[in-house]
Amino acid sequence: MSLMSILFIVFFYLAVSLCLVGVTLKVIQYASTPVPLKIPTAPAPLTKFGVVLRMMREVLLFSSLFRASKWTWLFGWLFHWALVLLFVRHLPYFWPGETPELLRQAEPLKYAAFPLIFGLSGLLARRFFVDRVRYISSPSDYLLLLLLIAIALTGLLMTFASYYPDMGMVYSFSEGLITLNWSELPSEGIFLAHIFMVFVLIAIFPISKMLHAPGVFFSPTLNQVDDARKKRHISSWAIEKEKNGKGG
Amino acid sequence: MAKFDTPKLETYLKTPALKMDAMAGDGPFKANSDMQKSLGFPGEKVDNWQQVAIEKMGETISKYRSIPVFLDACVKCGACADKCHYFLGTGDPKNMPVARQDLFRSVYRRHFTFAGKHFPKLVGAKELDEAMLDDWYNYFHQCSECRRCSVFCPYGIDTAEITMAAREVMNVIGVGQKYCNQILGKVKKIGNNLGMPEPALRDTLLDLEEEIEEDTGVAVKLPLDKEGAEILLITPSADFFAEPHIDGLIGYAKVFHQSGASWTLSSYASEGANFGMFIGNYDIMREGALRIRKAALDLGVKRIIVGECGHAWRVAYSFWNTLTGIGDGATDEYALQLQNQLDQRFPQPQHIIEYTYDLIQKGQLTFDKSKNDHRTVTFHDSCNVARGSNMGGVENGQFILPREVIKAACNNFVDMSESTIKASTFCCGGGGGLLADDLLELRVKGALPRMQALKESEEKSGVNTLAALCAICKSQFSKVLPYYDFDPFMVVSVHQLVSEALILDGENPQQEPKTL
Repeated sequence: MSLMSILFIVFFYLAVSLCLVGVTLKVIQYASTPVPLKIPTAPAPLTKFGVVLRMMREVLLFSSLFRASKWTWLFGWLFHWALVLLFVRHLPYFWPGETPELLRQAEPLKYAAFPLIFGLSGLLARRFFVDRVRYISSPSDYLLLLLLIAIALTGLLMTFASYYPDMGMVYSFSEGLITLNWSELPSEGIFLAHIFMVFVLIAIFPISKMLHAPGVFFSPTLNQVDDARKKRHISSWAIEKEKNGKGG
Repeated sequence: MAKFDTPKLETYLKTPALKMDAMAGDGPFKANSDMQKSLGFPGEKVDNWQQVAIEKMGETISKYRSIPVFLDACVKCGACADKCHYFLGTGDPKNMPVARQDLFRSVYRRHFTFAGKHFPKLVGAKELDEAMLDDWYNYFHQCSECRRCSVFCPYGIDTAEITMAAREVMNVIGVGQKYCNQILGKVKKIGNNLGMPEPALRDTLLDLEEEIEEDTGVAVKLPLDKEGAEILLITPSADFFAEPHIDGLIGYAKVFHQSGASWTLSSYASEGANFGMFIGNYDIMREGALRIRKAALDLGVKRIIVGECGHAWRVAYSFWNTLTGIGDGATDEYALQLQNQLDQRFPQPQHIIEYTYDLIQKGQLTFDKSKNDHRTVTFHDSCNVARGSNMGGVENGQFILPREVIKAACNNFVDMSESTIKASTFCCGGGGGLLADDLLELRVKGALPRMQALKESEEKSGVNTLAALCAICKSQFSKVLPYYDFDPFMVVSVHQLVSEALILDGENPQQEPKTL
């Protein structure tokens, strides 16, 4: 096996491990940090079911963002859903053995690349042209968008222009990563660039603002039931304090 | 104080272009050594303040989940950027909620994240140096903790949480704000924000009783420290002191009188406001709540009702049960005693609006609405009530109940523009510990969005009365309305409207009362 193949294989496992370990540590941190007070924000649901609905509206529809800014919502929502569709579109590459029928029909999802690029470009344009958004942007904010755009563009070129990599090799390389039956990397530069950038994206997930993905579920303003008068909500450290402190 | 220009009201609310450092400065007056020490904070800025501050940040991150989640999750999308009234009124980019958070977040990244430790420039991580601390002090006292940003953030990031955390860190290193800390010292020593001692309070209440009797011919009482009363009323001390608050207090008294309930105020806990929340200090906030618990126990009351005060209601509704175990679930001796003592058929605590609304629903109050016919009323949703509490136990009850109470007492009610009320309501500009004279410029400019909406209602519907149910809103509006060429007396308590239209049994018939 070529050195390049070995390097990419190692990088893949490294990136995925960093991502999984990092996100797990973060989730453990969030989950184990107490929420001392009831701070749901309006419009606050009064029941657990209401919280589930609210969370679904936020995660699936970006409802708060829709209220805030229609353009940001349009760009952001298209980009995220396109990303989900394209993830599904990539599953057949990694599927060990026979690809299920359903996944084989995922082919048309490739067109999601266009809304993906549209959304990302819109978000990038906002960073350049809206003075407020420019003010709050760090280099990492631009770089992350550029990285995603570059991933999308290389993918687009391989799919819709004539820069096809050797698809047989793509399948066996990708499947090999899952089945540990490693095989030679295709040699096309554009393919290498595509997957290199994807691995980078995966690796930096837990040390970047991509933490909003697990974070949103832990956001107390969104995930709390507004029932403070009915049930006592108290943190472990506050109970400790009450035990040690003086009473009324 | 430096002169400043009042912003002009345009035909609609415009998002300003960025005006760098428009509100740069030294911030509000700082607390002196005695004020700091009275709250258990260092009297002066400590020598190793940076180290202490970073350690305190670490502690906060480990004790409040909101902090690490909010600091990590922000993607700088800018959804909140044009939602803050202080940004809309000043154009200072550091008054964009995300930029305000970033003052804290950049230090968090530098000290608590991998990327910020190793690639600070890349991710905008910064050291907590003198300049940064100055910015913290200045701009975390330009946030009224109104939570409007949190409603628009896709992750619910609430800048109020960050502001509270930052103020707590600053207090711990000995850099506190005069306005908040002085007031907290007074509550601790005397029992209310005004520092009004028991005899003065008693006199005030007697004067009010005389005034009501003169007006109506009915002996409406305002009892103080009456043991065995059914209801303890906890209200902001402003209600004892100034217009238009005091007319609200008269309104509560008339409602209690008419309902036949026995009620009392407490001289020991003569304050509904709890500035402990503003400075993000759990212990001080709890101390305030415990005073009320003690008063309730000593007086043996069955119900606790809270008067018109925005953050007081947030603390009471959302935090009291946590802080003192007023409802159920607490296990310490006093909480158990309180749980047994209070009438658990009612939610504890209740808002005076809930109380009045219930009486209206039951047909126990009769109004002569025509008494308010000279008014066209609109309602300002106070931020802490709107985004930090509920009323009536129904979804959005905090928006519905006050409006229903107003409509029961007034014939002419109109709402302001939808994007400026209810969950999207704008802060009055003086909340969160910013109602200080030394912050007048900020207060006037921060009121711009509300003034804009009011102007539109005035032009469209002839609105001449602005009803509010928060002591800070009422004080702030009284002060800033003239800057925008409004009549400062157009702001009223919701219960002033109730008071003016309520028909008391045995009242002097000044005019033929109309029945509903």
